[in-house]
Amino acid sequence: MTIETTAPADLGVTWHEVCSLKSLSRERGAAALVEGTQVALFRTFDDHVHAVQQLDPFSGANVMSRGIVGTRGSVPTVASPMYKQVFDLRTGACLDPVGKEPRSLTTYPVHVVDGVVSVGLPGGQGAR
Amino acid sequence: MVDNPTPRQLVVVGGGMVARRLVDALRARDTAGQWAVTLLCEEPRAPYDRVALTSYFTGRDPEDLALGGQELWDDPLVTLRRGVAATAVDRRSKTVATSDGRVLPYDSLVLATGSYAAVPPVPGKDLRGAFVYRTIDDVADLRTYVEQLRTELGRPLRGAVVGGGLLGLEAAGALTALDVSTTVVEFAPRLMPLQVDDGGGEALRRLIEALGVSVRTGTATSKVTGRLGRVAGMEFADGDRLEADVVVFAVGVRPRDELAREAGLEVGERGGVVVDESCATSDPSVWAVGEVACIGGRCLGLVAPGYTMAEVVVDRLLGGGGTFPGADLSTKLKLLGVDVASFGDAFASEPGSLEVVISDPVAGVYKKLVVSDDARTLRGGILVGDASAYAALRPMVGRELGGDPAAHLLPEGAAAAPAGDLPEDATVCSCNNVTAGAIRCSVTDGGCTDIAGVKACTRAGTSCGSCLPLVKRLVTTELEKSGVEVSNALCEHFDLSRAQLFDVVRVQGLTTFSEIIDRHGRGRGCDICKPVIGSILASLGTGHILEGERASLQDTNDHVMANLQKDGSYSVVPRIPGGEVTPEGLISIGEVAKDFGLYTKITGGQRIDLFGARIEQLPRIWRRLVDAGFESGHAYGKSLRTVKSCVGSTWCRYGVQDSVGLAIALELRYRGLRSPHKIKLGVSGCARECAEARGKDVGVIATDHGWNVYVGGNGGFTPRHAQLLAEDLDTETLVRTIDRFLMYYVRTADRLQRTAAWVEDHEGGLDAIRAVVLEDSLGIGADLDDAMAGHVDGYEDEWAAALDDPETLRRFGSFVNAPDQPDDTLVYVSERGQPRPATDSERTGGAVLIAGTTLEVRR
Ligand code: SRM
Ligand SMILES: Cc1cc2nc3c(=O)[nH]c(=O)nc-3n(C[C@H](O)[C@H](O)[C@H](O)COP(=O)(O)OP(=O)(O)OC[C@H]3O[C@@H](n4cnc5c(N)ncnc54)[C@H](O)[C@@H]3O)c2cc1C
Ligand code: SF4
Ligand code: FES
Repeated sequence: MTIETTAPADLGVTWHEVCSLKSLSRERGAAALVEGTQVALFRTFDDHVHAVQQLDPFSGANVMSRGIVGTRGSVPTVASPMYKQVFDLRTGACLDPVGKEPRSLTTYPVHVVDGVVSVGLPGGQGAR
Repeated sequence: MVDNPTPRQLVVVGGGMVARRLVDALRARDTAGQWAVTLLCEEPRAPYDRVALTSYFTGRDPEDLALGGQELWDDPLVTLRRGVAATAVDRRSKTVATSDGRVLPYDSLVLATGSYAAVPPVPGKDLRGAFVYRTIDDVADLRTYVEQLRTELGRPLRGAVVGGGLLGLEAAGALTALDVSTTVVEFAPRLMPLQVDDGGGEALRRLIEALGVSVRTGTATSKVTGRLGRVAGMEFADGDRLEADVVVFAVGVRPRDELAREAGLEVGERGGVVVDESCATSDPSVWAVGEVACIGGRCLGLVAPGYTMAEVVVDRLLGGGGTFPGADLSTKLKLLGVDVASFGDAFASEPGSLEVVISDPVAGVYKKLVVSDDARTLRGGILVGDASAYAALRPMVGRELGGDPAAHLLPEGAAAAPAGDLPEDATVCSCNNVTAGAIRCSVTDGGCTDIAGVKACTRAGTSCGSCLPLVKRLVTTELEKSGVEVSNALCEHFDLSRAQLFDVVRVQGLTTFSEIIDRHGRGRGCDICKPVIGSILASLGTGHILEGERASLQDTNDHVMANLQKDGSYSVVPRIPGGEVTPEGLISIGEVAKDFGLYTKITGGQRIDLFGARIEQLPRIWRRLVDAGFESGHAYGKSLRTVKSCVGSTWCRYGVQDSVGLAIALELRYRGLRSPHKIKLGVSGCARECAEARGKDVGVIATDHGWNVYVGGNGGFTPRHAQLLAEDLDTETLVRTIDRFLMYYVRTADRLQRTAAWVEDHEGGLDAIRAVVLEDSLGIGADLDDAMAGHVDGYEDEWAAALDDPETLRRFGSFVNAPDQPDDTLVYVSERGQPRPATDSERTGGAVLIAGTTLEVRR
């Protein structure tokens, strides 16, 4: 099975194979360690995979993968498990700061080829 | 913002709470962009919440004191200059000189420079170890000093606070939070002499002494003594001495009016920039607001009148005619956790006033109402120890109370004040100074149709949130009045309420989220509806909460069957039914904690919590606990928590029934029952009520003839005593009664609505519920009984079941590509012989850290 990538033009990133698509549950996150960086991976209901920073910018704990996945309108979202701020999984933008000053998440490009999920980290020779 | 090519220049001097409010209000109202504002802030940070300063000691970050968002400072018409003071004002050229050497022109100038903390002219006041209490830097210095000195001396420290008013007690709270044993020294014959009378002062002293703080009233400090340049003690006018390692002066404040004086503006006899009722100084283009303003002949040391002044000036700047309506010095404070409120004519200074006093030294409360000579009109009052009546009483000042004034002082009377009838000017949200009238108006004229809209438009409920239930009630009443149907939709994905969803899921026999949202909702759900549906499915006994798709519905804690802590680690609470535990059980829990390096604490629910477990350790911890005969205590679930017991007739000389036996039976019966909110029960062996059963959702109290059962109690934010449901029941009837009560609640309550609120909202109240539960008025008794029987038969331990399922266990890996690799950002320091999460400064400062990852010993 080949699934489309959620990556924008993937220039200037190095790709790292992380896990199989099968090992990710639908609508639930999983943490991954990519070259020492903690990343939260989310496989949505329609089998897109998104990657954002695992660090919750509001609490400072590495917990984003443990939030509830859902939608706001047509936007796929995750809610922080700590203080429930809601983020757009595609852009990392904070959609509901719960009364705080909004802070967004770093996102990482993802592609899924033949059932293998890879995450792109900035920099490196890979795709240049 | 409408572009305005030449906005006028407003300079605000002083970056305090009032200055911030002024800028915020101006930007909200000046939609045409008439004014560009520059805020000069002498402190190195943006305005913060000074009122909450003391919370800095109870672990809050200075960041948490920030007031509101960054948006305001990002506004192109706002310039925030941190760490820059105004040094002089030249009124002729209309300019302000700043400490970084600039000269800023202004069209209008606002002085909001606040106050200095006053220091009495006693010898020794400048020794190291003598502090004031006003800014974040003050408190940070105090904290550093205490921590360093304690390490250096290697013994507990003693401290003294000079001043027993609001600030003094705040400072005493701070020292206590730093583990310094503290004495408060007050010159007046009682504590808080400005807010409370002798009776209130006495009650306050008792409450504060009970917290371990010593109090000396009627005492003048004559000297601070030193050794090696450092504070060592104090001497009093009566010749007494006190040893002290640190002294905090909290004797009052002095307005920072020096800029105004030098600029030739009129100042008050006792300081403060004199302003008229529009907050204008003697120069019409200069205004003064907040603590520095001398209005009506005095300076006001509370934040609410300052906020009002800020609004008045904004109104004037935009061409309005607002005036300061006179100060209401009513206050409600929580000092060292003790409630103190004082309002209206608290000291009965008006002639012909009567005082109604209720004083209960045992319960630690003192309450006084001041009423007119015919005992009808409320003039003021003082509440110490329990200020729950404040919100209802303060707006009634100057109005007829109705009924016996004393009735308003009883806890029940206070709670009964119907929100729908609140007078227009009653303050509903004290954080943001929003009245009942403003909330109603946002609905009737402002077009707000839900709570979110009202919050955005009035700001009510956006700070501490404690007023939200009242706001909600007002909004609902108002919407209903105007004929709007109040939506009880769960969220954007479902138009149904929780109770309606429960029914459709039950009747249609749906078992998956996808089915439910396809038929009754839209989209893919969110953090509101998913946990609700997870809970409904669990209440209906559709299988393990982490099975298949259901795993994706569970809230943070349920999802890993443990409680998330601030650093991302978890706590684990094994069930200890009724609080009864064998020595062997205690030893096994102790061993698990020791082997995994967990912090242990006895909870408020008569059991033991183990903190600091990493996600990948949870299954191994459960394995050990399950092998030792324990199971999940559901501390994480919206479900039965604990059944608290007292020792009862088996040991206690007064007990009349076996309360422990019954508590264990009830806990085993209802364990794992998923519900709209958590459920707690209690069983006491006699009317002395040592199990505090009436503070629980269901409370059982033994009588000579059987059991009395009470329902709808809770602690927490809005404490409620449970009310009597039925008397002298035998055990079988008791259990059936509780079965039906709980099942009926589970089926019909709102999301996150505890039993007290459910009973209150239920049509016909407790009487109607009693009819359903005891007389089967709806004919659903047998159905409720069957549902509970199904729950009891279907119960399985969630931990043990998860341990048997490899697919579930896989999700407890720390990383999908490195399942055993610990999160290396979790670091701990040792405190009182146990680990606790390192604070930010400990992390960066390189304090001794114990990495949680190396502590564990596997067996
Ligand atoms: C651990 C414990 C404090 C302790 O160290 O003693 C505790 C800890 C928490 N309580 Fe509590 N409560 C604990 C006893 C209580 C009690 C005392 C009692 O049960 O007798 C109360 C007041 C009684 C009551 O509930 O009516 C209590 C009233 C609350 C409330 C307020 C509920 C309300 O109706 O207003 C919350 C907030 C909520 O649930 O929304 C809360 C929420 C919490 C949470 C879940 C907050 C959170 O989201 O992190 C804490 C997490 C537990 C954890 O990490 O393990 N906790 N909490 C106690 C666990 C008892 C247990 O063995 O399960
Ligand atoms: C510990 C504590 C607890 C309190 N609790 C309560 C409470 O429970 N309820 C209540 O109503 N009130 C309480 N207060 C009082 C309340 O904090 C003040 O009334 C309120 O902060 C006054 O606001 P302000 O803006 O007038 O002054 P401030 O908050 O004092 O702000 C003035 C600011 O101006 C700055 N400044 C001064 N001169 C200059 C200059 N020349 N140039 C630039 N900047 C300058 C100062 O550095 C300061 O940051 C408490 C105060 C303290 C210290
Ligand atoms: S409630 Fe009664 S039986 Fe229970 S401990 Fe207290 S006095 Fe004894
Ligand atoms: S009272 Fe605190 S937000 Fe309303």
